[in-house]
Amino acid sequence: MPTTTLSGHEVHVDDEGFMTEYDEWTEELGAELAKQIGIDMTEAHWALIRFLREDYLVKGETATTRRVQAAGGVPVKQQFALFPKKPAKKMAYIAGLPKPAGCV
Amino acid sequence: MRKLVILGSGTAGTIAANKLRRLLPRDEWDIAIVEQQGTHYYQPAFLFIPFGKYRAEKSKKPASKYIPAGVTRVSASVEKVDPEAKTVSLSEGTTLEYDYLVIATGTTPRPDQTPGMEDDWHGTVHSFYTYDDAVALRDKLADFEGGRLVIHITEMPIKCPVAPLEFAFLVDDYLTKRGLRDKTDITFVTPLPGAFTKPVAAASLGGMLEKRGIVLESDFMVESIDNNKHAVVSYDEREVPFDLLVTIPLNMGADFVGESGLGDELNFVTVDKQTLVHDTYDTIFAIGDAANIPTSKAGAVAHYEMDLFPENFVKHIAGKEMTEKFDGHATCFIESGAGKGMLIDFNYETQPLTGSFPFAFMGPLPLLKESRFNHMGKVGFEWAYWNLLLKGRPIPMSPHLSMSGKVVPSDD
Repeated sequence: MPTTTLSGHEVHVDDEGFMTEYDEWTEELGAELAKQIGIDMTEAHWALIRFLREDYLVKGETATTRRVQAAGGVPVKQQFALFPKKPAKKMAYIAGLPKPAGCV
Repeated sequence: MRKLVILGSGTAGTIAANKLRRLLPRDEWDIAIVEQQGTHYYQPAFLFIPFGKYRAEKSKKPASKYIPAGVTRVSASVEKVDPEAKTVSLSEGTTLEYDYLVIATGTTPRPDQTPGMEDDWHGTVHSFYTYDDAVALRDKLADFEGGRLVIHITEMPIKCPVAPLEFAFLVDDYLTKRGLRDKTDITFVTPLPGAFTKPVAAASLGGMLEKRGIVLESDFMVESIDNNKHAVVSYDEREVPFDLLVTIPLNMGADFVGESGLGDELNFVTVDKQTLVHDTYDTIFAIGDAANIPTSKAGAVAHYEMDLFPENFVKHIAGKEMTEKFDGHATCFIESGAGKGMLIDFNYETQPLTGSFPFAFMGPLPLLKESRFNHMGKVGFEWAYWNLLLKGRPIPMSPHLSMSGKVVPSDD
């Protein structure tokens, strides 16, 4: 598994750069990941990232945009406004979680 | 007497009833099956009905004909399950008690869940995932004279995830034969990043769209259907205009699953992906499309599950460990038009690959490649479905994925 250096920390990532170790993530690293993909983080962004982190602990998988709307209370439209174009993928990237499972 | 209740008499529920009635002693177990609809449909036919290639009425048979003697049939719809009291409330106010419950109520297309989708249903907006929708689309296509045809997937997961692509290939062939292909723009709109979910298949299938001049509009999350502009509108404000929209609406499990606290946001029952037992209640199982397992919602999956689940169930009720582990195996024939078809074979861990598939009687079939033999395999399957599969008789296909004949891509 490849590693990369983020803000001076060595972390494990997959081949698309998604962090693979839940416990290696910190908000500092989240901020760095957000910067990489051009997201200017506000409190509204962080609230979603925290929801995703907590939900992952309970469910064992990354929440979909539908689940973020249903269980996290943030409408899909707003998720698109905060994380343009690909909200599910971008939120997972910043939260240090696996990309939401490609459905089959 | 102990009581087993099966909810739903589709593919998975019917096979389960047949196999479990044989395995569970009649003097110890009552089995009841709740039939929510009296008709059993051969659903693979819905793909062919719109092109007039299959007589619609032929896809319907009475569901009761496939339920074995010794299983009590109850015609009703399910209102709610109380997993603590172990009861099922039914539409006419009756209640069934159970020791074990098997949920097999499938998935349902829900055009009501996308704003505007129902407003011009069977007008300019069509689908083919139910009997009525397939028949309405047949009549619409018969009158079609060209224009902008858009094929659209609302959100994953959907039943038979390859069917929208098959529809694209078949409609291309159909319009070509009618001399209308030059007058028609076809666009394939999907929430996925490509034509299919997994990389090897997505590349093959994407190439097949391109070869046919079908435009792929990917990463498209639909927000609404605009019936004034006749356009599909995404959350990121893209618009794809249409003269005829063939959509696959949001798929959801049964409402009672959500209302009974047994499912996820889409009302699919949350179960262990290897044993299909509910993640909270060890007296409840979900089989077929009703379960939230990460594999295709398809008849082949239901069939493979039913090669393992009945034996597991017998162990479970005896207090033993369930040793049969389902691997998510799915095998799908993909119609590609002009009398040819493709085949894909995959599971939780292994994506669809190229190569060949070991198949009894016909010999190896080519994977991810167009061939007349794959089309014949698909057509020939209908007899086996009604006469062997539903009745729980053996079909020589392994429930576990085999790597024999598959070409594994290198890492680079």
